[in-house]
Amino acid sequence: MNSLRALIVDDSSVMRKIVERSLRQAGIDLNQVIEAGNGAEALAVLQEQQVDLILCDINMPVMDGLEFIKQLREVEKAKGVLVIMITTEGSEAHVVQALSCGARGYIRKPFTPEQVKTQVIPALAGKS
Amino acid sequence: MNTANELLATSGTRERWTSLMELATREVFQLMLSSELKAATTEADPSQPVTSMVGLAGELCGVLSVRCEEKAAVQMTCKMLGVPAEKVNAEMPDALGEICNMVAGNFKNKITGLGDGCMLSPPTVISGSDYTTYSIADKPALEIRLLFEGMPLVVSLEIHS
Repeated sequence: MNSLRALIVDDSSVMRKIVERSLRQAGIDLNQVIEAGNGAEALAVLQEQQVDLILCDINMPVMDGLEFIKQLREVEKAKGVLVIMITTEGSEAHVVQALSCGARGYIRKPFTPEQVKTQVIPALAGKS
Repeated sequence: MNTANELLATSGTRERWTSLMELATREVFQLMLSSELKAATTEADPSQPVTSMVGLAGELCGVLSVRCEEKAAVQMTCKMLGVPAEKVNAEMPDALGEICNMVAGNFKNKITGLGDGCMLSPPTVISGSDYTTYSIADKPALEIRLLFEGMPLVVSLEIHS
């Protein structure tokens, strides 16, 4: 697996650091990690930069994660990017909505690095 | 679906929800902090407390709070981030807010029907004890008392409707 650029979208800076550490503990080779505090910030990042992987929370101010992945489909630089949701929202309705909007995986908080690995590695393998 | 207060009035629900709240709390500390919480042996309140609160709205309206000593909150932040205490500064309120958010989310996901019909607010964190809260709840809060590395941790759920 090549070295990846990841975008981590969460309104908590502590959670962004935990997600990055979990990705590294899962053995995912990251050459760049970009952080955004909400969906609008993430869309602005993606107008300028390409990434391989997005880990995204749902409940965020300004623009939530579900609205972000809907709008992501219109961003040329983000075509085909792998999106995994990481959120406290564990209901079936949220999971179905996220997957129908283009997310490829769904991790419920609290989570372990092993759960991140189980979701992200197969999704990355399926993408390549 | 019945309101939260109607559900709580049914036999055993209060005890079951309290158990689920404890399970939700223990899971958050096990998975995110690699920490096993112990049962509290006294009713002692945290001194120099920090309190994080998350509002719930929808099928269940109320406030879930996590209260602990500032020293405990710093230690929780260290464990979440994997850094020593001297490197923890502004992250402490953020970390405690996330813990409260995860406990609230994990709790509601354990109750059939609540996951879909209950929204969580962003957390609010208050430092200190010199404040008064006024509540519209007409029943006592569900409360659990545990120990995090020997320091008191109080989780309570005040249900409005």
